[in-house]
Amino acid sequence: MTMITDAAASGCPSGLAPPTPSQASDFSAFVREKKGLKTLTLSVRGAKCGGCLSKIENKLSAVSGVQQARMNLSNGKLQVAWTGATTADRIADTVAALGYGVSAFSEDSSAKAAKSEERDLLISMGVAAFALANVMLLSVSVWGGHGEMGEQTRTALHGISGLIALPVLIFSGRHFFMSAFAALRRGHANMDVPISLALVLAFGVSVWETATGGAHAYFDASIMLLCFLLIGRFLDARLRRQTQAAAHELAALQNRSLNRIGADGRAEAIRADEVQKGDRILLAAGERAVVDLKITQGMSGIDESMVSGESLPRTIGSGETLYAGSLNLDQPLTGEALGPASDSLLSQIADMLEAGEQKRARYRQIADKAVALYVPFVHTTAALAFVAWLMMGASAHQAVLIAVSTLIITCPCALALAAPVAQVVASGSLFKQGIFLRSGDALERLAEIDHLVLDKTGTLTLGTPRLVSAHGEELQLAAHLARASRHPLSRAIVETAGPGSIADDIREHPGLGVEGSVNSQSYRLGSAEWVGASAPVSQTGPSLWFVGPDMKPVLFEFEDQLQSDASETLAALKQRGLGLEILSGDRGEAVSKIANTLAIETWHAQVSPTGKADRLDALRAAGKKVLMVGDGLNDAGALALAHASLAPGGAMDVSQSASDAVYSGGLGALQTVLSVSKRTKNVMLQNFGLAAAYNCVAVPIAVTGHVTPLIAAIAMSASSLIVTLNALRIKGALT
Amino acid sequence: MTIIIYLIPVALGLGLLGLGAFLWSVSTNQYDDLDGAAHRILMDDDAPLPRRSKLSE
Repeated sequence: MTMITDAAASGCPSGLAPPTPSQASDFSAFVREKKGLKTLTLSVRGAKCGGCLSKIENKLSAVSGVQQARMNLSNGKLQVAWTGATTADRIADTVAALGYGVSAFSEDSSAKAAKSEERDLLISMGVAAFALANVMLLSVSVWGGHGEMGEQTRTALHGISGLIALPVLIFSGRHFFMSAFAALRRGHANMDVPISLALVLAFGVSVWETATGGAHAYFDASIMLLCFLLIGRFLDARLRRQTQAAAHELAALQNRSLNRIGADGRAEAIRADEVQKGDRILLAAGERAVVDLKITQGMSGIDESMVSGESLPRTIGSGETLYAGSLNLDQPLTGEALGPASDSLLSQIADMLEAGEQKRARYRQIADKAVALYVPFVHTTAALAFVAWLMMGASAHQAVLIAVSTLIITCPCALALAAPVAQVVASGSLFKQGIFLRSGDALERLAEIDHLVLDKTGTLTLGTPRLVSAHGEELQLAAHLARASRHPLSRAIVETAGPGSIADDIREHPGLGVEGSVNSQSYRLGSAEWVGASAPVSQTGPSLWFVGPDMKPVLFEFEDQLQSDASETLAALKQRGLGLEILSGDRGEAVSKIANTLAIETWHAQVSPTGKADRLDALRAAGKKVLMVGDGLNDAGALALAHASLAPGGAMDVSQSASDAVYSGGLGALQTVLSVSKRTKNVMLQNFGLAAAYNCVAVPIAVTGHVTPLIAAIAMSASSLIVTLNALRIKGALT
Repeated sequence: MTIIIYLIPVALGLGLLGLGAFLWSVSTNQYDDLDGAAHRILMDDDAPLPRRSKLSE
């Protein structure tokens, strides 16, 4: 029980996601106000279950003035409306205090367009399904009454079917017609060209048949085709939109606010995109820089682990440059912006991301390859059937009917469903295991991986130092000083020592240490030179010295610990035949130690962000299919360039959106992702195989002239059903 | 067979009713948060019901 209450205190009560820290930010710049009603949309990370939903909504509703708080669990957007004096920061802090990551959110136009496209497809699908049901009702009567039904009744039923089909074909079919038309105008052909051709020909032939009182009308077949194709198209659009939303997170990071010092010396909160070169920016302790700054005033320790991968903080002072993404640890800093947010290091990484996207866009999915084979095959077959029947003395009417029925029955219903259904099922099962897929085709790329490149800090390791040499009494004393500091090493001491009181007269000396008095005796916690101790000969990890009156200096040693399942997972991956490699921005000693522990032969230390990207390029050139796993800003470029990439849940937003998938929990997720993607690829190949086998049976029946509308309807729905059921096996195999 | 003159419009009408309901559900954002809706129905933190004795008075 205690475990459950502990988890409920912070983050997801079901334990589906770890408590997510928020980045300090000012939210007042994102509030929209209308007639006294203020609204704010927040992007919440770490909310995964119904418990999170009620926890967040109830807590917010209890805040004074809040009229409405509604959280969307699917996309993590939280909308809050309130009146009165409550500030936006109060709202955001309330959610952050519950253990969720909060950032301001403003929707851009491309996300809106993608959403309306998805909605259009859903409506078109609904309309087509309505028409299909009604036309089928009439068609079944015609098939059932075959031989008994009078010609007039049959023609009347055909006529009504046609009247239902025509508006629906125009409305729901416009997606295919417009795309096909656009492609033809540019002199290309895409998948929509044969689809449109089949739809129009099926409808045209049916009108002709109805007008001449013929026995076979294909209205049902053309609408069924439309309906199945729209299902596939809708699933595809939905997955694609989720991908775009992921990319949008990059913009959400840029949306963060910062404090500008005006001419009158007062600080005001502005949005990151409002910063101009030369602005004076105040960076409070605990705040992450949004733009590159040249420090003009103050001295403080900064944590650059997200920028360079360096796990130890360094001291920065006046005249030095602070890069966007760095975290200010102890003292407020004032600096001059070196350019707008779009010119910061962050945006250079954004350029790298774009380059990576372009490389990835060239990737040809299995579906594309299948279509390239399929289109010429079907059209040649239909044309040959037409010519052959004419030469054998059939009437033009009969030959056209056979050619069209060939096109209808081979129309790629199953082909259009084969990939999207498998991708949707796989991403759904991964989601349940805490792995969030960013793009559908990522599964295909993940299945091809033969080389694994890992970042060290925060990916292989926990990213936060842990105290390894503990001293009972001195530890408690030192903790009094450490509690006043934000420095990661101080935090590690506090974590081991537990809660307690804070020393008096605390003075923090940036880059040196903390000074304070306990029981009116003065103590120092900091670097060896500063406290006056001699540095030990062999020092593997970061360390702190602690001295006081009448006591010998005490050494505290720290270590960045490995993820608990790291060695196990990597051994298993090695067994799969993957090449392993560490690519880190950290110092050589730190990286080699980890590499030795994990028995990884290839490692590179002190690699710059561009260095990481270059290494990925080199591996690509060598023909390796690389899976990159990383969390820092410095990994983002490499993540985008890799054949496939993964980021842990605690990663920087930029890195998350550069990756194909984000996982929560330990490195064990890597194995899950790889096996699910392999399985999905297999199922997709099976599906295309099934679709091909179906055509092998259907084409001979069609070209020999044995297809009736009844056979076409059965064959088409059966093949789509088989493909869908086969895809559902991915889910079954996982549990 | 004249009965189909009535039955076909009736069938179409029923279908249109369903279509109308579907279009309404799409336009009122019913499909925006499928995961949230699944959890919301299980939340039982409603306000307590008024006491029975009060109602009968």
